[in-house]
Amino acid sequence: MRNNKNSPFTLVPYYLWIALFVIAPIILVVYYSLLDLNGNFTFANYQNFFTGVYLKMTLSSFWYAFLITVFSLLVSYPTAYLITKTKQKQLWLILIIIPSWINLLLKTYAFIGIFGMSGPINAVLKTIGIPEQQILFTDASFVFVAVYIFIPFMILPIFNALDKLNPALIYASRDLGASKLTTFRRVILPLTMNGVKSGIQAVFIPSLSLFMITRLIAGNRVITLGTAIEQQFLVTQNWGMGSTIAVFLILFMFIIMLLTGQKEKGASQNGKAK
Amino acid sequence: MKSLVRYTVGIILVCAVLMYAASVMDQTSGKSGKDILTIYNWGEYIDPDLLKQFEKETGIHVIYETFDSNEAMMTKIEQGGTSYDISMPSEYTIEQMKERELLLPIDYKQIPNIKNIDEDFLDLDFDPKNKYSVPYFWGTVGIVYNTKMLKGQNFDSWDDLWDPSLKGKVILVDSAREVLGVSLNSMGKSLNSTDTDELKAATDKLIKMAPNVKAIIGDEVTQLMVNGDASVALTWSGQAADMMYENEDLTYNVPSEGSNLWFDNMVIPKTSKNITGAHKFINFMLDPEVAAQNADYVGYSTPNKAALKLMDPEVVNDERYYPSKEVRNNLHVYKNLGKEKIGEYNEFFLKFKMSIR
Repeated sequence: MRNNKNSPFTLVPYYLWIALFVIAPIILVVYYSLLDLNGNFTFANYQNFFTGVYLKMTLSSFWYAFLITVFSLLVSYPTAYLITKTKQKQLWLILIIIPSWINLLLKTYAFIGIFGMSGPINAVLKTIGIPEQQILFTDASFVFVAVYIFIPFMILPIFNALDKLNPALIYASRDLGASKLTTFRRVILPLTMNGVKSGIQAVFIPSLSLFMITRLIAGNRVITLGTAIEQQFLVTQNWGMGSTIAVFLILFMFIIMLLTGQKEKGASQNGKAK
Repeated sequence: MKSLVRYTVGIILVCAVLMYAASVMDQTSGKSGKDILTIYNWGEYIDPDLLKQFEKETGIHVIYETFDSNEAMMTKIEQGGTSYDISMPSEYTIEQMKERELLLPIDYKQIPNIKNIDEDFLDLDFDPKNKYSVPYFWGTVGIVYNTKMLKGQNFDSWDDLWDPSLKGKVILVDSAREVLGVSLNSMGKSLNSTDTDELKAATDKLIKMAPNVKAIIGDEVTQLMVNGDASVALTWSGQAADMMYENEDLTYNVPSEGSNLWFDNMVIPKTSKNITGAHKFINFMLDPEVAAQNADYVGYSTPNKAALKLMDPEVVNDERYYPSKEVRNNLHVYKNLGKEKIGEYNEFFLKFKMSIR
């Protein structure tokens, strides 16, 4: 055992880690979801979830997460593509990553000032003759701030996929007479699909459970599952209901992971002909 | 295996050395021994100069921590961990904390300054004979509004919030009992209603207000009102006082149908390790000069009648901060309704929030 580097013994810490920090918490969440306020066993929380309010909330969470993901993708794909064309790729990448080092709450508070009636955006609007607009506490401002926060997480995987793409494949496609659009549609996009999928996972799933900015930017006009969990734990102190919502969130995550799961024959393998 | 053992021993040794170093550093900074007092208070809720004065007078070292909700505070005290000596919960939380036996009784022999407190604020339902709590501040829930932006409105009735002219203007506080309280009060019902039908009716009435609601937020409202980004908000009296101090166009009114009267109180949690020090602190805070200075800094209303004489008469005679006894009869203190009813309030509040689109 002493000299065998691949002995199963070396994996024990990882199994322990997974058991303690992945499996045990999930079991605890499921356990709590089956308790009522007085700690008795019940299915009432699940029944409650399927009443109007929570279903409506789930739908609206999905709708906003969908919007956030789509807009992030629309911004990120071209950006990632342009970065691969620049000379200082790493520099540009760092510039995009740096904002994600700043505390989320701090960035959100900054947006309260920017979107305010006396903020810079309204000042610009005024100088070009447009009357002041109510920007804060609207759907648009909420989606904008969320997209701003998630963009780095979408750009990185797409950039990696694009960067690994073998340029020879693109030249081949051109040589064989494909137009730019066809090359993109038939060669580039399919080969970078795995990057897009990872990006979608990294944005869609956290968007479902966004909270704080729903209050600070959307003024609680948008309520996500994350907000509801926060309320149940901190205000109502109904850990059972909070856990039930969390169980559904975990389920949704698994479904999304399955739908956007990686197939082994990805871009990286095909592109590694270098 | 040998190297594994060596690593483990090495790590344990390093930890031991670090722990020793930490304890030595604690001692040199005077943080050990009996004379520390750990205070757990709301944010922006004490004049920091007074803490220094207390340290100087008594030689007790104060550690000051803050919380932002009663529930979070109670959870932390229940879990133990930190030995808080003083905390300032609101009245309905005191009832809960009493039930869970989280509080130590107060020995009034050590607090002669209790005589300075107005008798109206002693021996209330939430803590008979003030066995566990001493009043710290009190206040009301009402409406703060911008008189320049909303001409002709005076919000003498809660129903004014439903006025169609306020479309997209009203800011509410993100708290179930305060918001449901608005519509309960407007219908002449009790703020402590436990009747599901009444709560349902109150929610239905609130949903009719939805088009008027601009946002449901927390403390951020202060800045919005001060900057003129918003014109009317549901808020607590002390927060309104902060806003009015910054912007003269703002004023505060408690609608005539009645409202909530609340108290924050000093208590000694059972986690306390310096019970004598805690009593000294409570007695110190009840000193008229100290209480006056603190009320001046914090902006909420003090229950200390001896302190009122030392304060700016303009503030003390201002009905917005110190409503007359008649008005106060119309104000009601929240009762602890129990977890299930609070859950129901929050479910109804959630339903209302979902209707704002």
